[in-house]
Amino acid sequence: MTVWIAVAVTALGCYAIKLLGLSVPAGLLERPLVRRLAALVPVAMLAALTAIQTFGSGRELVVDARAAGLAAAAVALLLRAPFLVVVGAAIVVTAAVRALTG
Amino acid sequence: MVRDALGVGVAVGLSGFAFGVTSAGSGLSLAQTCVLSLFVFTGASQFALVGTLGAGGNPAAAVAGALFLGVRNAFYGLRLSHLLRLPGPVRPLAAHWIIDETSAVAMAQPDRASARLGFTVTGVTLYALWNLTTLLGALGAEALGDPSAWGLDAAGPAVFLALLGSMLKGRQETLVAVLAVVLALACLPLLPAGVPVLVAALAAPIVLTVARREEARP
Repeated sequence: MTVWIAVAVTALGCYAIKLLGLSVPAGLLERPLVRRLAALVPVAMLAALTAIQTFGSGRELVVDARAAGLAAAAVALLLRAPFLVVVGAAIVVTAAVRALTG
Repeated sequence: MVRDALGVGVAVGLSGFAFGVTSAGSGLSLAQTCVLSLFVFTGASQFALVGTLGAGGNPAAAVAGALFLGVRNAFYGLRLSHLLRLPGPVRPLAAHWIIDETSAVAMAQPDRASARLGFTVTGVTLYALWNLTTLLGALGAEALGDPSAWGLDAAGPAVFLALLGSMLKGRQETLVAVLAVVLALACLPLLPAGVPVLVAALAAPIVLTVARREEARP
């Protein structure tokens, strides 16, 4: 039951957050500082999420097969590979490194 | 552009597989797993919620972490309301599709018409695939075993990295990204899951403040 409550609250909360951002009056956005901030915050969060999901294991920092996979994805990005190839490279290299290192 | 949008949709949709498997592995029922993908529909928050619940974490803390992670969607919405200028009746519907990937595709477009098209194509493709693959992942969890053996745990960060790559347009963006990584990794061992990402978001105002001071200097 508590899991269902957690699921419901998360769903409602996440939707409310999305709607809130979209509904803020346009006047606020005309300010250059707000616009610049709104552009840079996603950059910060995506960079942080990439790092955390690559090197995080619970509350510990580890360098494992995922790091090799992400390095492959970075190379693919630099070579201007399509999105699917970038993600595919990460999955394949991670699985391969894990299989080789047991 | 449509090819790019479809590519993003397909790639991320496939990572729904990873979510379905992870969620089922964390002890959530098939119905709970599918409801999450249908109604939460923001991958990082979903992963955070089932990860914390599966690790035996407090449900309130699990929800808080998921909501914290979802806060960035408000910032995307802030940008998109200006970029897409959606009519009122469409807004509550479109809001549900405001996530990393749809925002990144929309923001990468040169004008409003292609931004709207990019947002819609990515949103529809992703929503359909994310939910379908969540279902398949949850059903196939037992047969598949450990998702990390298939390298599926690298899908999430690779998606984030690819999205980030399209946003790194100047020196300030790069500075923000580097500072955010440092902050996130420094905070990870110290703070509860979900909070380091929020701390890392401070990289944006910090870099902006420093840049303004430098400009103001005679």
